[in-house]
Amino acid sequence: MTGRDLDPTLKRLLGSGEPEIGCDECFAQLDRYVELELAGAPADELVPGLRAHLVGCPACAEEHESLRALLELDSVS
Amino acid sequence: MPAPDTNPDVSALAAAPGVEEWYLDLQTEGARGEAAVAHLHGLLLRAARFEVFRRRGSLSELSAVELDELAQDAADDAAVSVLRRLGDFRRESSFRTWAYKFALLEAAVKVRRRAWRDREVTLEPEHWESLAHAGPGPDDDAEYGELLEAVREGIRTALTPRQRQVLVAAVLEGVPIDVLAERLGSNRNALYKLLHDARRRLRAHVVDAGFPEVNE
Repeated sequence: MTGRDLDPTLKRLLGSGEPEIGCDECFAQLDRYVELELAGAPADELVPGLRAHLVGCPACAEEHESLRALLELDSVS
Repeated sequence: MPAPDTNPDVSALAAAPGVEEWYLDLQTEGARGEAAVAHLHGLLLRAARFEVFRRRGSLSELSAVELDELAQDAADDAAVSVLRRLGDFRRESSFRTWAYKFALLEAAVKVRRRAWRDREVTLEPEHWESLAHAGPGPDDDAEYGELLEAVREGIRTALTPRQRQVLVAAVLEGVPIDVLAERLGSNRNALYKLLHDARRRLRAHVVDAGFPEVNE
Protein backbone atom coordinates (compact mmCIF):
# COMPACT_ATOMS: atom_id res chain seq x y z
CA MET A 1 0.00 0.00 0.00
CA THR A 2 1.48 3.36 -1.01
CA GLY A 3 0.34 6.89 -0.32
CA ARG A 4 -1.26 6.89 -3.75
CA ASP A 5 -3.47 3.95 -2.76
CA LEU A 6 -4.95 5.64 0.30
CA ASP A 7 -8.66 6.32 0.28
CA PRO A 8 -9.63 9.96 -0.30
CA THR A 9 -10.44 10.67 3.34
CA LEU A 10 -7.04 9.50 4.54
CA LYS A 11 -5.37 11.49 1.76
CA ARG A 12 -7.18 14.63 2.88
CA LEU A 13 -6.25 13.97 6.51
CA LEU A 14 -2.57 13.36 5.84
CA GLY A 15 -2.03 15.78 2.96
CA SER A 16 0.51 15.20 0.22
CA GLY A 17 3.58 16.37 2.11
CA GLU A 18 4.71 18.28 -0.96
CA PRO A 19 5.95 21.86 -0.52
CA GLU A 20 3.05 24.23 -0.93
CA ILE A 21 2.18 27.88 -0.63
CA GLY A 22 -0.55 29.24 1.65
CA CYS A 23 -3.98 30.65 0.82
CA ASP A 24 -2.88 34.29 0.63
CA GLU A 25 0.00 33.52 -1.71
CA CYS A 26 -2.30 31.28 -3.77
CA PHE A 27 -4.71 34.17 -4.19
CA ALA A 28 -1.86 36.51 -5.12
CA GLN A 29 -0.63 34.12 -7.84
CA LEU A 30 -3.91 32.66 -9.05
CA ASP A 31 -4.51 35.03 -11.99
CA ARG A 32 -1.02 34.48 -13.35
CA TYR A 33 -1.20 30.72 -12.79
CA VAL A 34 -4.52 30.31 -14.62
CA GLU A 35 -3.43 32.42 -17.57
CA LEU A 36 -0.24 30.33 -17.81
CA GLU A 37 -2.33 27.15 -17.72
CA LEU A 38 -4.65 28.36 -20.46
CA ALA A 39 -1.67 29.42 -22.58
CA GLY A 40 -0.24 25.91 -22.31
CA ALA A 41 2.78 27.16 -20.34
CA PRO A 42 4.38 25.08 -17.56
CA ALA A 43 2.37 26.78 -14.80
CA ASP A 44 3.44 24.32 -12.11
CA GLU A 45 7.12 25.02 -12.79
CA LEU A 46 6.65 28.76 -12.98
CA VAL A 47 4.47 28.99 -9.87
CA PRO A 48 5.86 26.28 -7.59
CA GLY A 49 3.74 25.10 -4.71
CA LEU A 50 0.42 26.33 -6.03
CA ARG A 51 -0.77 23.01 -7.45
CA ALA A 52 0.02 21.25 -4.16
CA HIS A 53 -1.96 23.89 -2.34
CA LEU A 54 -4.98 23.36 -4.59
CA VAL A 55 -4.87 19.65 -3.76
CA GLY A 56 -4.94 20.41 -0.03
CA CYS A 57 -7.33 23.37 0.04
CA PRO A 58 -10.84 22.77 -1.37
CA ALA A 59 -11.81 26.45 -1.14
CA CYS A 60 -8.86 27.68 -3.19
CA ALA A 61 -9.37 24.77 -5.58
CA GLU A 62 -12.97 25.85 -6.20
CA GLU A 63 -11.88 29.39 -6.93
CA HIS A 64 -9.16 28.16 -9.27
CA GLU A 65 -11.71 26.06 -11.16
CA SER A 66 -14.08 29.00 -11.38
CA LEU A 67 -11.49 31.47 -12.65
CA ARG A 68 -10.34 29.02 -15.26
CA ALA A 69 -13.93 28.28 -16.33
CA LEU A 70 -14.82 31.98 -16.50
CA LEU A 71 -11.80 32.78 -18.67
CA GLU A 72 -12.60 29.85 -20.92
CA LEU A 73 -16.14 31.17 -21.25
CA ASP A 74 -14.81 34.64 -22.08
CA SER A 75 -12.57 33.20 -24.77
CA VAL A 76 -15.51 31.73 -26.69
CA SER A 77 -18.00 34.54 -26.22
CA MET B 1 -12.50 67.45 -18.20
CA PRO B 2 -10.57 64.59 -16.58
CA ALA B 3 -8.06 65.38 -13.90
CA PRO B 4 -4.50 65.59 -15.17
CA ASP B 5 -2.48 62.46 -14.60
CA THR B 6 0.28 63.36 -12.20
CA ASN B 7 1.38 59.83 -11.31
CA PRO B 8 4.57 59.08 -13.28
CA ASP B 9 4.17 55.32 -12.77
CA VAL B 10 0.69 55.43 -14.23
CA SER B 11 1.89 57.49 -17.18
CA ALA B 12 4.57 54.92 -17.87
CA LEU B 13 2.01 52.14 -17.70
CA ALA B 14 -0.29 53.98 -20.05
CA ALA B 15 2.49 54.14 -22.60
CA ALA B 16 3.27 50.45 -22.33
CA PRO B 17 1.95 48.25 -25.11
CA GLY B 18 -0.72 45.68 -24.33
CA VAL B 19 -1.96 47.24 -21.11
CA GLU B 20 -5.69 47.59 -20.67
CA GLU B 21 -5.68 51.35 -20.40
CA TRP B 22 -9.17 51.74 -19.01
CA TYR B 23 -8.11 50.43 -15.64
CA LEU B 24 -5.69 53.34 -15.27
CA ASP B 25 -8.72 55.61 -15.17
CA LEU B 26 -9.77 53.95 -11.91
CA GLN B 27 -7.26 56.25 -10.25
CA THR B 28 -8.56 59.42 -11.86
CA GLU B 29 -11.23 61.84 -10.70
CA GLY B 30 -14.29 62.90 -12.64
CA ALA B 31 -16.27 61.31 -15.42
CA ARG B 32 -13.43 59.11 -16.70
CA GLY B 33 -12.88 57.70 -13.25
CA GLU B 34 -16.57 57.11 -12.72
CA ALA B 35 -16.87 55.37 -16.07
CA ALA B 36 -13.92 53.13 -15.24
CA VAL B 37 -15.40 52.20 -11.85
CA ALA B 38 -18.72 51.40 -13.54
CA HIS B 39 -16.90 49.22 -16.06
CA LEU B 40 -15.02 47.48 -13.27
CA HIS B 41 -18.23 46.84 -11.38
CA GLY B 42 -19.78 45.32 -14.48
CA LEU B 43 -16.89 42.87 -14.79
CA LEU B 44 -17.05 41.99 -11.12
CA LEU B 45 -20.80 41.47 -11.24
CA ARG B 46 -20.42 39.16 -14.21
CA ALA B 47 -17.85 37.09 -12.29
CA ALA B 48 -19.89 37.08 -9.07
CA ARG B 49 -23.03 35.95 -10.91
CA PHE B 50 -21.00 33.25 -12.64
CA GLU B 51 -19.78 31.93 -9.30
CA VAL B 52 -23.14 32.10 -7.54
CA PHE B 53 -24.74 30.30 -10.48
CA ARG B 54 -22.09 27.55 -10.32
CA ARG B 55 -22.64 27.04 -6.61
CA ARG B 56 -26.41 27.56 -6.52
CA GLY B 57 -26.98 23.89 -5.71
CA SER B 58 -25.86 24.54 -2.14
CA LEU B 59 -28.41 27.36 -1.82
CA SER B 60 -31.53 25.67 -3.10
CA GLU B 61 -33.70 27.53 -0.59
CA LEU B 62 -32.87 30.91 -2.15
CA SER B 63 -34.93 32.48 -4.91
CA ALA B 64 -33.38 33.80 -8.10
CA VAL B 65 -33.74 37.33 -6.73
CA GLU B 66 -31.96 36.41 -3.51
CA LEU B 67 -29.17 34.71 -5.41
CA ASP B 68 -28.71 37.83 -7.51
CA GLU B 69 -28.63 39.97 -4.38
CA LEU B 70 -25.84 37.75 -3.11
CA ALA B 71 -23.94 38.29 -6.35
CA GLN B 72 -24.52 42.03 -6.16
CA ASP B 73 -23.17 42.13 -2.61
CA ALA B 74 -20.13 40.13 -3.67
CA ALA B 75 -19.48 42.47 -6.61
CA ASP B 76 -19.77 45.52 -4.35
CA ASP B 77 -17.31 44.08 -1.82
CA ALA B 78 -14.96 42.98 -4.59
CA ALA B 79 -14.98 46.48 -6.08
CA VAL B 80 -13.88 47.90 -2.74
CA SER B 81 -11.08 45.32 -2.52
CA VAL B 82 -9.91 45.91 -6.08
CA LEU B 83 -9.81 49.68 -5.69
CA ARG B 84 -8.00 49.38 -2.38
CA ARG B 85 -5.40 47.00 -3.80
CA LEU B 86 -4.78 48.49 -7.23
CA GLY B 87 -1.15 48.94 -6.26
CA ASP B 88 -0.80 45.17 -5.92
CA PHE B 89 -1.54 44.63 -9.62
CA ARG B 90 1.82 43.69 -11.16
CA ARG B 91 0.64 43.09 -14.72
CA GLU B 92 1.53 39.41 -14.45
CA SER B 93 -1.90 38.70 -15.92
CA SER B 94 -4.51 40.81 -17.64
CA PHE B 95 -6.24 43.27 -15.38
CA ARG B 96 -9.55 41.58 -16.11
CA THR B 97 -8.26 38.24 -14.82
CA TRP B 98 -6.74 39.90 -11.77
CA ALA B 99 -10.03 41.66 -10.98
CA TYR B 100 -12.15 38.58 -11.62
CA LYS B 101 -10.46 36.64 -8.83
CA PHE B 102 -11.63 39.17 -6.25
CA ALA B 103 -15.26 38.76 -7.31
CA LEU B 104 -14.99 34.97 -7.42
CA LEU B 105 -13.50 34.93 -3.93
CA GLU B 106 -16.15 37.23 -2.47
CA ALA B 107 -18.97 35.29 -4.12
CA ALA B 108 -17.59 31.89 -3.13
CA VAL B 109 -17.14 32.92 0.49
CA LYS B 110 -20.64 34.38 0.65
CA VAL B 111 -22.14 31.24 -0.85
CA ARG B 112 -20.30 28.96 1.58
CA ARG B 113 -21.22 31.03 4.60
CA ARG B 114 -24.83 31.34 3.51
CA ALA B 115 -25.09 27.61 2.91
CA TRP B 116 -23.79 26.93 6.42
CA ARG B 117 -25.56 29.82 8.13
CA ASP B 118 -28.10 27.65 9.91
CA ARG B 119 -25.98 24.54 10.19
CA GLU B 120 -24.23 23.54 13.35
CA VAL B 121 -20.48 23.22 13.07
CA THR B 122 -19.41 20.28 15.16
CA LEU B 123 -16.07 20.90 16.76
CA GLU B 124 -16.07 17.88 19.03
CA PRO B 125 -12.82 15.97 18.56
CA GLU B 126 -14.54 12.67 19.31
CA HIS B 127 -15.96 12.65 15.82
CA TRP B 128 -12.71 11.37 14.36
CA GLU B 129 -13.42 8.06 16.08
CA SER B 130 -15.77 7.41 13.16
CA LEU B 131 -12.82 7.51 10.80
CA ALA B 132 -13.05 3.82 10.02
CA HIS B 133 -16.37 4.48 8.33
CA ALA B 134 -15.40 7.71 6.64
CA GLY B 135 -14.10 6.30 3.41
CA PRO B 136 -14.38 3.37 1.05
CA GLY B 137 -11.23 1.73 2.38
CA PRO B 138 -11.06 -2.03 2.83
CA ASP B 139 -11.87 -2.21 6.53
CA ASP B 140 -11.29 -5.94 6.60
CA ASP B 141 -7.69 -5.56 5.45
CA ALA B 142 -5.41 -6.02 8.47
CA GLU B 143 -2.72 -3.62 7.29
CA TYR B 144 -5.32 -0.99 6.48
CA GLY B 145 -6.84 -1.44 9.92
CA GLU B 146 -3.43 -0.86 11.52
CA LEU B 147 -2.95 2.25 9.42
CA LEU B 148 -6.33 3.57 10.51
CA GLU B 149 -5.42 2.94 14.12
CA ALA B 150 -2.13 4.80 13.67
CA VAL B 151 -4.03 7.74 12.18
CA ARG B 152 -6.57 7.69 15.00
CA GLU B 153 -3.79 7.55 17.59
CA GLY B 154 -1.99 10.38 15.82
CA ILE B 155 -5.08 12.56 15.90
CA ARG B 156 -5.46 11.74 19.58
CA THR B 157 -1.87 12.22 20.71
CA ALA B 158 0.22 14.11 18.14
CA LEU B 159 -1.96 17.16 17.57
CA THR B 160 -2.75 20.16 19.70
CA PRO B 161 -6.44 20.53 20.64
CA ARG B 162 -6.80 23.37 18.14
CA GLN B 163 -5.14 21.36 15.36
CA ARG B 164 -7.40 18.41 16.14
CA GLN B 165 -10.46 20.63 16.13
CA VAL B 166 -9.67 22.19 12.76
CA LEU B 167 -8.48 19.00 11.06
CA VAL B 168 -11.56 17.06 12.12
CA ALA B 169 -13.97 19.85 11.19
CA ALA B 170 -12.38 20.65 7.84
CA VAL B 171 -11.63 17.12 6.66
CA LEU B 172 -14.03 14.76 8.38
CA GLU B 173 -17.00 17.09 8.86
CA GLY B 174 -16.47 18.89 5.54
CA VAL B 175 -16.84 22.35 7.02
CA PRO B 176 -15.57 24.93 4.48
CA ILE B 177 -12.49 26.74 5.71
CA ASP B 178 -14.17 30.14 5.38
CA VAL B 179 -17.02 28.98 7.60
CA LEU B 180 -14.58 27.61 10.14
CA ALA B 181 -12.62 30.85 10.08
CA GLU B 182 -15.79 32.84 10.72
CA ARG B 183 -16.87 30.61 13.63
CA LEU B 184 -13.40 30.56 15.19
CA GLY B 185 -12.68 34.26 14.70
CA SER B 186 -9.76 33.55 12.40
CA ASN B 187 -9.04 33.83 8.67
CA ARG B 188 -8.55 31.38 5.84
CA ASN B 189 -4.78 31.78 5.58
CA ALA B 190 -4.15 31.29 9.30
CA LEU B 191 -6.48 28.31 9.53
CA TYR B 192 -4.94 26.65 6.49
CA LYS B 193 -1.49 27.03 8.01
CA LEU B 194 -2.80 25.37 11.15
CA LEU B 195 -4.31 22.60 9.04
CA HIS B 196 -1.05 22.18 7.14
CA ASP B 197 0.93 21.89 10.38
CA ALA B 198 -1.58 19.37 11.71
CA ARG B 199 -1.21 17.24 8.59
CA ARG B 200 2.57 17.35 8.85
CA ARG B 201 2.48 16.22 12.47
CA LEU B 202 -0.03 13.49 11.73
CA ARG B 203 1.97 12.23 8.77
CA ALA B 204 5.15 12.13 10.87
CA HIS B 205 3.31 10.16 13.54
CA VAL B 206 1.99 7.65 11.01
CA VAL B 207 5.45 7.24 9.45
CA ASP B 208 6.96 6.63 12.89
CA ALA B 209 4.24 4.06 13.54
CA GLY B 210 5.57 1.98 10.66
CA PHE B 211 3.87 3.38 7.58
CA PRO B 212 6.56 5.29 5.66
CA GLU B 213 4.60 4.67 2.49
CA VAL B 214 2.22 7.51 3.30
CA ASN B 215 5.00 9.83 2.13
CA GLU B 216 5.32 8.10 -1.24
